[in-house]
Amino acid sequence: MRDILPDVEKWRSRGERVAIATVVRAYGSAPRRPGAKLAVSEKGEMAGSVSGGCVEPAVVESAMEVIKDGRPQMLEFGITEEENIEQIGLACGGTIHVFVEKLDW
Amino acid sequence: MSTLYEELKDMLGKEQGVALATLVHGPERVGAKLLVFADTSSHGTLGLPQLDAMVVADAEQAIWHGDAQTHMYTIETQSFEVFIEGFAPPPTLIIVGAGHIAIPLTTFAKTLNYRVVVVDARAAFATPERFPHADELIVAWPDEVLEKMDLNPSTSVAVLTHDSKFDEPSLKMVLSRRVGYVGAIGSRKTSQQRAERLRRQGVTNEQLLRIHGPIGLNIGATSPEEMALAIMTEIVATRHGKVSSSLQDWQNK
Repeated sequence: MRDILPDVEKWRSRGERVAIATVVRAYGSAPRRPGAKLAVSEKGEMAGSVSGGCVEPAVVESAMEVIKDGRPQMLEFGITEEENIEQIGLACGGTIHVFVEKLDW
Repeated sequence: MSTLYEELKDMLGKEQGVALATLVHGPERVGAKLLVFADTSSHGTLGLPQLDAMVVADAEQAIWHGDAQTHMYTIETQSFEVFIEGFAPPPTLIIVGAGHIAIPLTTFAKTLNYRVVVVDARAAFATPERFPHADELIVAWPDEVLEKMDLNPSTSVAVLTHDSKFDEPSLKMVLSRRVGYVGAIGSRKTSQQRAERLRRQGVTNEQLLRIHGPIGLNIGATSPEEMALAIMTEIVATRHGKVSSSLQDWQNK
């Protein structure tokens, strides 16, 4: 949380809407543990991370929807290392559940 | 009125313990939030007072462990998943007794990002020249200083004076609070005699068992620096739930 605050504050001061994605469950060799956060501004700027970069593009897409409709989303990413290296080119293993919500609280 | 986000930001800025609970799965109100403070008061709601009450108990634990995980609750056949994220205040080490072990112990603790407070009634020992890295250096009777401090589960206390007129009142004070670690210097025999004297002053057996004494993990330390390392290691291990009492360890050696 502390790592994303400076950027979130910067976006809020410019009047931009913000979504926050949080790892709420992690199994196996997931690169980041529960509590890891990625903040996304309505312009698509990012702060923090929820993985080693493997799933961030999908999370940003979800964050954009959440900013628009205000409805939280729960995303699940379970990628074996082999599949991941082939498909995305990164070696993030494990399974993570990511909760994406609008910062309206 | 400030929002929960602003309150959370404020608490983090002031480095005070706080936990944020979010309903991530449930029949309704997904995304609802409860902000829980160290004194177990709270702001916001997850929608059901009964659920809030259950979450507050787990959130208080999460604050002191800095723990983040999803908890499951069932109320009248309905299941709820709540993500509870604890933000611990920075760990503090209070060293009672500014002797030769306290100097390297201050250095180790600062390296591990502890806030370090050194207390000693003897002005000749507690000098800034000897403790340039201490966050606070207090020349006063330790038990009187401890009484006024915020002692909480993020606080560790190492009692190192070797002098019962300082050690015992300090231990009595610390054991009356909920600190994360308390250790006291002295051999096994000294520790037993001290425990007996404290017991006569009304300290309970349960409280006495919380004292790590002889202090420090048994790493075969001989120099003051090695003793400081043994103490710091024990503090870290206790914080991570790996040591409940060093007594067993020493008895086996």
